[in-house]
Amino acid sequence: MDLNTIWFILVGVLLTGYAMLDGFDLGVGALHLFVKKDEDRRMLLNAIGPVWDGNEVWLVTGGGALFAAFPEVYATAFSGFYDAFMLLLFSLIFRACAIEFRSKEPGRLWRSCWDGGFAVGSILAAFLIGVAMGNVTWGIPLDENHEFVGNFLGLLHPYALFLGVTTVALFMMHGNIYLIMKTEGALQEKLKRWVKITIPVYITCFLIFNVWTIFACPHIESVMHKRPVELGIVFVLAVLVVANIPREVHKGRYFLSFLSSCAGMGLLMLLFALSVYPNMIFSNPNPANSLNIYNGSSSEGTLQIMFWIALIGVPIVITYTSCVYYIFRGKVKLTEESY
Amino acid sequence: MDVEILSRIQFAFTIAFHYIYPVFSIGLGLFLVIVQLFWLKTRRPIYHNMARFWTRIFGLTFAVGVASGIVMEFEFGTNWATYSRFVGDVFGSPLAIEGLYAFFLESGFLAVLLFGWDKVGPYTHFFATLMVCLGSHFSAVWIVVANSWMQTPAGFVLAEKVKVTADGMHHPMTADLAAGTFSIQEIPLPADYVVQADQLDNVRAVITDFWGMVLNPSSIDRLTHVILGCWLAGAFLVISISAYYLLRRRHTEFAKTSLKIALVMGTTASLLQLWSADSTARGVADNQPIKLAAIEGLAESQTEAPLGLFGVVSWEKDAEGNITGINESSVKIKGLLSILVSGEFMDMTKAAETEVKGLYELPSDEFLLTRYPDATPEELAKIRPEYWPNVPVVFQTYHLMIACGMALIGLSVLGCVLWKAGYLFNVDKKWTRAFLWILVFSVFIPQIANQAGWFTAEMGRQPWVVYEILKTSEGLSKAVKAHQVLSSLIGFFLIYTLLFFVFLYTLNRKVKHGPRDDESIKVLPEKWQKIVKIEHGPTLDE
Repeated sequence: MDLNTIWFILVGVLLTGYAMLDGFDLGVGALHLFVKKDEDRRMLLNAIGPVWDGNEVWLVTGGGALFAAFPEVYATAFSGFYDAFMLLLFSLIFRACAIEFRSKEPGRLWRSCWDGGFAVGSILAAFLIGVAMGNVTWGIPLDENHEFVGNFLGLLHPYALFLGVTTVALFMMHGNIYLIMKTEGALQEKLKRWVKITIPVYITCFLIFNVWTIFACPHIESVMHKRPVELGIVFVLAVLVVANIPREVHKGRYFLSFLSSCAGMGLLMLLFALSVYPNMIFSNPNPANSLNIYNGSSSEGTLQIMFWIALIGVPIVITYTSCVYYIFRGKVKLTEESY
Repeated sequence: MDVEILSRIQFAFTIAFHYIYPVFSIGLGLFLVIVQLFWLKTRRPIYHNMARFWTRIFGLTFAVGVASGIVMEFEFGTNWATYSRFVGDVFGSPLAIEGLYAFFLESGFLAVLLFGWDKVGPYTHFFATLMVCLGSHFSAVWIVVANSWMQTPAGFVLAEKVKVTADGMHHPMTADLAAGTFSIQEIPLPADYVVQADQLDNVRAVITDFWGMVLNPSSIDRLTHVILGCWLAGAFLVISISAYYLLRRRHTEFAKTSLKIALVMGTTASLLQLWSADSTARGVADNQPIKLAAIEGLAESQTEAPLGLFGVVSWEKDAEGNITGINESSVKIKGLLSILVSGEFMDMTKAAETEVKGLYELPSDEFLLTRYPDATPEELAKIRPEYWPNVPVVFQTYHLMIACGMALIGLSVLGCVLWKAGYLFNVDKKWTRAFLWILVFSVFIPQIANQAGWFTAEMGRQPWVVYEILKTSEGLSKAVKAHQVLSSLIGFFLIYTLLFFVFLYTLNRKVKHGPRDDESIKVLPEKWQKIVKIEHGPTLDE
């Protein structure tokens, strides 16, 4: 395996980590307005309170790793999706502030404004991440210098929009399961009823999305002929894991259902990676201008140095992140320090 | 307005806003470590009380810092895509390392610091505080390293990217080789290669020496300078709020103790800053002579060059509005700049003989000839001002920073003297009250100094984004149009204004609310009491 492939995997791992971790934060945000009582809303906020900030770092580090390892991809994606990324940044800022400021004041207007900011910011962020992924799968117009030559409206085609919806559905389901794990009593009962909606909605979206991809993306169809076994196995595994989620919920094993949901996300990302590799940004209509892990990467030297740096850093990060999750295990309690 | 100026405004605006908060949290982080150390050592409840209150303030500055910081990471790609392509090989690594080694550390342990009081033992909690403090310092390290590389690039070569086919033939990057297989190679360019705007698609900086890049000629100086600036910001935030409590006669014991610790921290940092400023300025003289000439408004090269204290510098323009020179009138000390630049404080007369280059000779003819090989001396003189930064602005921001630095030294030293003489806490005295009021507003001084310093550094580098290699105007995103940047700029402006007022409002509420004087006794979790045998020292009520 060459360094470029290793870095493709590493960036993928960081972004998958982001999806699994901040995914439930965003999902909690998307569900936020559906609980009405102030105390319940505080429970929701504090369920993610100690960890959301660390979860968002996965995105920042993923972005940094992309910059270091695949600067061309970083430059093309971020300048090409300019308006979408600005919207994403605005929603992430709003969301972060809403979490921080909401409980600082008891006023009703104050709280409902921030509640709105938290929910809208979360939904919009999840949706835009999905749309961006959809565009990368579908392909965007690039010129021979890998510059984006389309426009904002061109990025909003039905396929990408549908992946945006799917992502929102996925995060809502993921957040829902996380919340069941962290709550008890009446609130938990309510959240348990919600999975009867969130899980089927996501599974439906997931299936439609897969079928749509096969029929609408010719370049992915050709990949399917190249890697039928790998893609087939991963797809079947993904379906099994996703189907396992309602089963575990039904048996009351919430942690296992949460893990299944995480695994489902991991497999979805793997499916995505297998269908694009070695391309990173597919150029549509002119595939020759596509950015792949070779023409978009840093020099061998940088990839090598950064590989060692990551090899030392990533295990340390995973160790203490696990410790933090361990410290904050168990049901949420509202205390002096809570939001 | 065009994309360049809009993107520059947007970058300056977003970073200036962001730069308000991390400096607080870096400084406060160190303060928290000190306070927690005192608490573990003495077990006096007042230190625990302080740790809890200042952690709440810390949490607030941290939150806004994180929210606004996420923007910075992506703005290189959104607005400066050509720059990102050109330097990604070098510049991307410090950013990625910052994420992996600093952000994760900070945000992971921040959870324990903010919400872990009753979840972990005191030593674990102290460890978390230490890690958050360390993480935020690491963050400064890697950001300043990345920025310093732009100021004094090192550890890299310029290379041309080519496609190489199996038969060893080289093809340009844009060549369409159809389905044929090829690899991409980077061919180092000669050392005197001058970047041409139309070559930017296949020329880029390639790292050759990682540590050479990290420890580029200005990294250490600038890092020290920035960190000390952060400590000052944190210390003076504590000083300001404590002085306010003293004046209001609230939480007096709490405020006194906080003020003492912060004063020691502030005095140490401000005196060290004097030394660091000297070292930084000498580095600028060596590595970026144009910046030095600009910040001092020095037109002609001269020995016994004067150091300006304050004054006005303006452009001299010809009939068509082209810049031809500068007019400078300022109060100055003759020869001091030469002495400072030479660094030979033992032999002042000899030191004063050191020549400092002025703007009329910078950049040098040789440098300009590499860009304009056929230019006559008259033409070179005409071109030269295009390579100057905005001298009138840089002169003012620099001198504002120096004035703030001097004020900080004065205030902190005077504060220590008054404290030792026993006057500082005597709030019945009129002039003590006056001094404390000055301290209340002193929180703005390090902030102004930090911002002015940042603007001096960044505007002083112009028109270059990578000093003497890549121009700012060449680093823009080609795919982004002016109206897009304008609308995002308006968006940032609205959101940040709102955020700033909400921050001030919430901070004010927290300060008004004050520390809960009993929290160290009553709120102290059972778990802690078991582990740490509390010796009940003098409490606040006694």
